[in-house]
Amino acid sequence: MALSGIQIYKLLPQTNCKDCGFPTCLAFAMKLAAKQAELSACPHVSEASKAQLAESAAPPIRLVSLKSNGFEVKAGNEVVLFRHEKTFYHRPGLFVKISDDQPVETIRQLAAAVEAYSTNYVGIDLNLDGFVLLSVSGDADCFAGSLAAVRSVSHKPVILSAASPAVLEAGLKALDGERALIHAANAENWEVLASLAKDYSAALAVQGSSLDELADLTEKIKGKGVEDLVLDPVADSMADWLALSTQIRRLALKKNFRALGYPLISFADNAEEAVQGITKYAGFIVLPEFAPETAYPLLVLRENIYTDPQKPIQVQPGLYEINNPTAESPVLVTTNFSITYFSVANEVEGSGLPAWLLVTDAEGMSVLTAWAAGKFDAERIAKAVKAFNVGDKVNQKRLVLPGHVAVLSGELEGELPDWEIRVGPREAVDLPKFLKII
Amino acid sequence: MPVEIPKDKWSGQVRAITIGATAAEGGTRSRTVTVGGEKTLPFLHFEGETPHRPVIALEIRDRKPDDWSALLLDAWGEAVNDPGAWAKAAEATGVDLIQLSLSATLADGSPNTPAAAVAATKAVLGATGLPLIVFGPGQAELDNELLVAVAEATKGERLLLGICEDKNYRTIVATALANGHLVNARTPMDVNLAKQLNILITDMGLPLERVIMDPTTGALGYGIEYGYSVMERLRLAALQGDSMTQLPMLVTPGFEAWKTKEAKVGEGVPPDWGDWLRRSINWETLTAITLIESGANIVVLRHPESVRRVRTAIDELMLVPA
Repeated sequence: MALSGIQIYKLLPQTNCKDCGFPTCLAFAMKLAAKQAELSACPHVSEASKAQLAESAAPPIRLVSLKSNGFEVKAGNEVVLFRHEKTFYHRPGLFVKISDDQPVETIRQLAAAVEAYSTNYVGIDLNLDGFVLLSVSGDADCFAGSLAAVRSVSHKPVILSAASPAVLEAGLKALDGERALIHAANAENWEVLASLAKDYSAALAVQGSSLDELADLTEKIKGKGVEDLVLDPVADSMADWLALSTQIRRLALKKNFRALGYPLISFADNAEEAVQGITKYAGFIVLPEFAPETAYPLLVLRENIYTDPQKPIQVQPGLYEINNPTAESPVLVTTNFSITYFSVANEVEGSGLPAWLLVTDAEGMSVLTAWAAGKFDAERIAKAVKAFNVGDKVNQKRLVLPGHVAVLSGELEGELPDWEIRVGPREAVDLPKFLKII
Repeated sequence: MPVEIPKDKWSGQVRAITIGATAAEGGTRSRTVTVGGEKTLPFLHFEGETPHRPVIALEIRDRKPDDWSALLLDAWGEAVNDPGAWAKAAEATGVDLIQLSLSATLADGSPNTPAAAVAATKAVLGATGLPLIVFGPGQAELDNELLVAVAEATKGERLLLGICEDKNYRTIVATALANGHLVNARTPMDVNLAKQLNILITDMGLPLERVIMDPTTGALGYGIEYGYSVMERLRLAALQGDSMTQLPMLVTPGFEAWKTKEAKVGEGVPPDWGDWLRRSINWETLTAITLIESGANIVVLRHPESVRRVRTAIDELMLVPA
């Protein structure tokens, strides 16, 4: 938990020597509390105070990052329980589980499919994050061979999961220069796994079915010098997982309880459990299998939940084609607030009638809000018509304004003299009817 | 290391509200459904009681819908031509409630009539013993015309009538008051608008025991994050003691999910969208689960497979950890 200026002052030499550049130690302490100064500016502070101050400045949930050639997946550093309080920061990595007891060719194909998977949502490319290689065989060579098959087609980060430390080590050896996650330390094996994590600079997952058990293990492992830990709360139901993840998040954020201040990993048995991981605090989510029709909604949901509530999702401004429009189809105008765009695009699409949809840059605001804020006016609309060469796409130059901004039509006729300005319905739901008669 | 379980203390509680009335209570339902009553955030059983599980309503129409996905029509087959048969088929999936949505027009394209709406409602009530939600077509004037007739013809059934919104709440609340029904108070994804409508409704004399609130949602990918956060905020406000937010919440993930392109369209979509049927059911199911995690008490669904999956998830969420 962050210390106040006064608490920090008590840890400083209190000599007012001015070597830090501030007139007094108290002034310096206040600047430190406000994060406007660095402790290193004080040449006289004791090592003990330094340690204490560093500890207090650490985030309540440690940032753990997995790295491989060209990829990085981060989890942790979250600051709220509910997204509306600020935002959730690090999208939980979605990792696909691969068992090592399958033919190498099967593994290679699955890894290639995961590697290749990409989908587009409101102009954002969404991808899966990596693999969990699970030792079912219990055989180190088989594990390493499976890992080589994955690495032959993908360089995305991996999580190595095995009961045997020797198997894990075989995997780690093959991942030179990467930062993998090994899974999982428990009451029996934690010492061996901690030294493996240290030797190969890997992150370490800690498994336990109660808070006591988890906290006990993390403290012991931290004592061995391994700090990049991930918690795997073993739950026997969705209710149980929700209880554990909520308790851990609360303890970390509200009590600054360091022993549980780590990101979580969730082994989902199905898409429903993955949804719970996305909404309720998982930092890494393991999917039991790869299927595009499941990956797509989960990636979209993750994008939605991790959107900053202060900054709505925006659609790329531009000219969108709906139902294969021709030179005779009307041009509808709207803003680049994603919900506005979707309402309009959905209705037009559902109508089956062709239209051009001109999405203007209204800084992500809806029609009325943008109009009130001066971000959706005749000038901006005219600019978009020109910027996206809309005039070249149609013979019949008909521009349809949202009904809510009918007031803009006069001014827009002035800006676009060779266009016919029409006023459409106020609500998107009335567009199909409107398109039939236009 | 013994760790103290962090529990929040809440002063408020969501109201428990019962939909439907048995013969002894002045209706004809074979059973009633009670939702709400929770004293904690969704499914935090270690902290407070959740006496009633979230329930699933299945949406049927008064006639074969013109604009539903072919996948849904396939799933229900011949039943879509007869609301009574559809209600029976819906009940067989194990849902808790039926939502009858009245169409704006009759099969021949002429406007729906009060007589037809009443006939469809009676057919459904006759075919199933489950409590019933009746939604108008969503056009304030037509809603009033149809719902008033339905409310009068089903006096005492404790139906949940919707959509009751700022444009038409006076008419819907008045008929609910006169005929012993409940209203579904819908507002567009905003905490304050939800509170305001609940205040207006209670000002007319309808007790809060007969109001369900419908904060509206978007489907996954279509604004679900707004609905999700509004629901979390409404639930937090309820637990903190704000009486005008202490109502169970109904949302319509079936309606929202099945109007998306992802669910509606099977051809000419990107290959990374995967199998059409499984994708559509995922869209509906995962939208519903997300909303249940944020506090929904009633989810209205459309596909039988989504019903099965959502019910299984609710079963798990209601398990009280040992």
